[in-house]
Amino acid sequence: MSKPVYPYIPNSVPEQKQRLLNEIGIDSVEEIFKEIPDHLRYKGEMKLPEPFLSEYELRRHVEGILNKNKSCKEYTNFLGAGTWQHYVPSVVDEIITRDEFLTAYVVGDAQGDHGKWQALFESASMIGEMTGFEAVNKPTYDWANAIAIACRMAARMTGRREILVAGNMSPRRLSVVVNYCKPEIKVEKVKYDKDTGLMDLNDLKAKISSNTAAVYFENPSYLGFIELQAEEIAKIAHDNGAEVIAGVDPSSLGVLAAPADYGADFAVGDYQPLGLHMQWGGGLAGFVCTRDEEKYVAEYPGLLYGITTSVKEGEYSFGEVFYERTSYASREKGKDFIGTTTALWGIAAGVYMALMGPQGFRDLGEGIMQRVKYTQGLLSNIKGVKVPVLKSPSFKEFIVNFDDTGMTVAQINKALLEHKIFGGLDLSQEFPEYGQSALYCITEVHTKEDLKKLALALDQVIKVL
Amino acid sequence: MAVVRIKKDFHEARWCEPIIYELSTPGMRGILVPMPDDEIKRAAGDVMSDIPAGMRRKELNLPEMDQKHVLQHYVRLSQETLGANLTNDISEGTCTMKYNPRVNEDLAANPNFAELHPCQDEDTVQGILEIYYKFEQMLKEISGMDRVTFQPGGGNHAVYTAASIVRAYWEARGELDKRDEIITTIYSHPCDAATPATAGFKVITLYPDKDGFPDIEALKAAVSERTAAIFMTNPEDIGLYNPRVDEFVKIVHSVGGLCFYDQANANAFLGVARAREAGFDMCHFNVHKTFGTPHGSSGPANGALCVKEELAKFLPVPTVGFDGKKYYLDYNHPESFGMVRDFWGTAGVILKAYAWTMNLGADGLRECADISVLNNNYLEKKLLTIPGLSECYQGNGHRRLEQVRYSWEKLKEDTGVGTTEVNYRAVDYGIPHYWFSHHPWEIPEPMTLEPCESYSVDDLDEYYEVLKQISKEAYETPEVVMNAPHKAAGHKRNDEAALDDPKKWATTWKAYLRKHRK
Repeated sequence: MSKPVYPYIPNSVPEQKQRLLNEIGIDSVEEIFKEIPDHLRYKGEMKLPEPFLSEYELRRHVEGILNKNKSCKEYTNFLGAGTWQHYVPSVVDEIITRDEFLTAYVVGDAQGDHGKWQALFESASMIGEMTGFEAVNKPTYDWANAIAIACRMAARMTGRREILVAGNMSPRRLSVVVNYCKPEIKVEKVKYDKDTGLMDLNDLKAKISSNTAAVYFENPSYLGFIELQAEEIAKIAHDNGAEVIAGVDPSSLGVLAAPADYGADFAVGDYQPLGLHMQWGGGLAGFVCTRDEEKYVAEYPGLLYGITTSVKEGEYSFGEVFYERTSYASREKGKDFIGTTTALWGIAAGVYMALMGPQGFRDLGEGIMQRVKYTQGLLSNIKGVKVPVLKSPSFKEFIVNFDDTGMTVAQINKALLEHKIFGGLDLSQEFPEYGQSALYCITEVHTKEDLKKLALALDQVIKVL
Repeated sequence: MAVVRIKKDFHEARWCEPIIYELSTPGMRGILVPMPDDEIKRAAGDVMSDIPAGMRRKELNLPEMDQKHVLQHYVRLSQETLGANLTNDISEGTCTMKYNPRVNEDLAANPNFAELHPCQDEDTVQGILEIYYKFEQMLKEISGMDRVTFQPGGGNHAVYTAASIVRAYWEARGELDKRDEIITTIYSHPCDAATPATAGFKVITLYPDKDGFPDIEALKAAVSERTAAIFMTNPEDIGLYNPRVDEFVKIVHSVGGLCFYDQANANAFLGVARAREAGFDMCHFNVHKTFGTPHGSSGPANGALCVKEELAKFLPVPTVGFDGKKYYLDYNHPESFGMVRDFWGTAGVILKAYAWTMNLGADGLRECADISVLNNNYLEKKLLTIPGLSECYQGNGHRRLEQVRYSWEKLKEDTGVGTTEVNYRAVDYGIPHYWFSHHPWEIPEPMTLEPCESYSVDDLDEYYEVLKQISKEAYETPEVVMNAPHKAAGHKRNDEAALDDPKKWATTWKAYLRKHRK
């Protein structure tokens, strides 16, 4: 059977293919593939499923599979823990689905791709204002990658080989960081107060030494609380010649201080809450921010988009800052490595920050904290439910304990599905010291009715079983 | 057949957009946030007082704009960007700029994908798990490998993951202190050197023989009981397929080393050759290149790392399994080194790649390889007639597969116009900036082109006509090329050194104001 004409492959039309062969002066493509010796050729036929050649059938097929999912649009979702459900403005989706940005290449200089460079420069400028820093890189793979990059930068800057991290940081992010720091950099956890979640400063003082390159903590933390001792942590670190890396959820930065203001030397975090769909965790994109000092800038592994001027009077231009430090320029002698990361998500976050403006972030932060407090009040009235568990204030996530219900979080969450609710993340594996606890996340997408629905459902679930 | 015309009247949009901070007017709002209702506010009380003064936000300097002008600004910036779907982007050699089908964007926007949280109960994400699982089966078939992880967020990240597996492998055998060298070749992507270095290995780089192939004698001299692995591409970034690749693998295996195949250039051999037949232990695909998903101005991307069964125990967790009834996140990789990214990878890229592959099937994938190499050989033959242009290792008796590294060395000697200037001039005809070469520039004045299957004969002819025209200009009116671009969204920078000068560089607007608008 002859091959079909493929809409994505213009020269699959037989006459066009023949033109190519004629011009090259060969009878068959096999004359080119002769470059691959016969014993290296694959003699079998790839056993792939029968294709859906028409777009309609393809769409039916894929949508059919996707329909097996239950989305957070259909269910009321209280999961956070590193990917968060916030409202995505229509303007954001419009911009990042335009073919110009969507399908542009990685490099492409700032003449033909002037707009891409400007958009990414502006995103860097805005996240820099949010965190209080003047040097910002092109987006990284995610927050975890951003921490890892900052740790390795700090190690190179200080010549030290140890990183201290808050013991209750995200375990998944920690896993990424530990691997990235291998083999030469050791990552050690600092203890935390179980009742407040805050870092144990005595343990920090005991563990910090002249070999400590950096201290990392999250604010708000993985478990949702606000690290109230940020300034003291920074002081202890600086007194010992270590760098301070603060990991932040940028959706908090309308109400929480900029990391630079409490003494951080690096701010890292994720753009995902700023206008990115969750996409089953695929919406992540990290940022790294520092002061604009040569000792920091020289250690960034990623691309840095700088603003400059062009030969035309009054026109801005853009270009790579300090390119020689990168592995593109210097292979194994460059700083770590770079590559294609998450630029489109960086552009999305820029559009989001421009739409929100300062008042938008203040409203967002305050409104979330009000909802959280209200929800904690509702849930604390349910028999057997303990909330809040931590005694320190939280931003958008908080621990709920179910020990006195006689049920596991897994059982409760299964039962909540019947109410079309995704309950909070089960912490019983990651943080067994909190018993049967779950990490709940509340954002601006939750209405009063959503929150009451949660309380009612939990009440029913716990009573029924 | 259309009549091929150079776009002499092309002019990119040039909006001279201010920096977004310059568009700010105090008090304006781009979007309003849903506020909690009064009952919530009353019950919550003054939540801001829960935050100690030292932790409270002071000022926040973001632009204040109405919605229309935010939209307008970014639409204009988009118009100043030459995306591949709207241009003749043969330009990006090594990067496989395919057409990115719109239907796949629709599928990724479906709430049953876009609004999935990664920690949802597995029963509620059976669809996306199924897509991961099935796409893994496809890559296994295409590569001949046994297991795949989709956690890496791009090609370089996948190669880094491979380096992490090499490290875990030698650590498990208690020999990491001795096995500390990874070998690569100079025409392999820089990540094949940089990611092993990041993972703690010493890097040995092999240079080519006189015909442009990695020097097998150099490899024999390089391998030893210190060799942890080799990381290599094939065809290399210059478009030549190393016919002795299996010998390379055998030599490295003979000293106990592992072999990783960087398949960034997989478009050349889909259905034609596989990593398994050449003996490799691992390989990766740049899913966003070979499987038709958008580059997104530099991601989100995906690097699928494929390994043989013996190495599966080291893979990052989780992968996706299927027990005959249900798909699930599989943490059963007992010696896993951990994770390389939070959650389960750039799921949107996998979804789009799955759809792309399901549209083409095995025959369609093979058609991609066939047309890619035909397009490339067609374009090569025409381009080599252009005065001032040659290709590296020209006349070595070997055909190039899917891409070619050309050189404008002769043009530069003759006219002073080099590849940088030609590249800027091409934009004046609507052609996106082309890819020179990774550094170091082993080939002088390089230009690397990859006319993959998405490009028509007319596209190939247009590209040829544009380069021929620029060559003519270089010989006749070199100043026109030297001062290009003239019709792009932006002009040439006037102070390249400023970008390397700590007193002048600025990666944010605030830094720029401080340094340049005192």
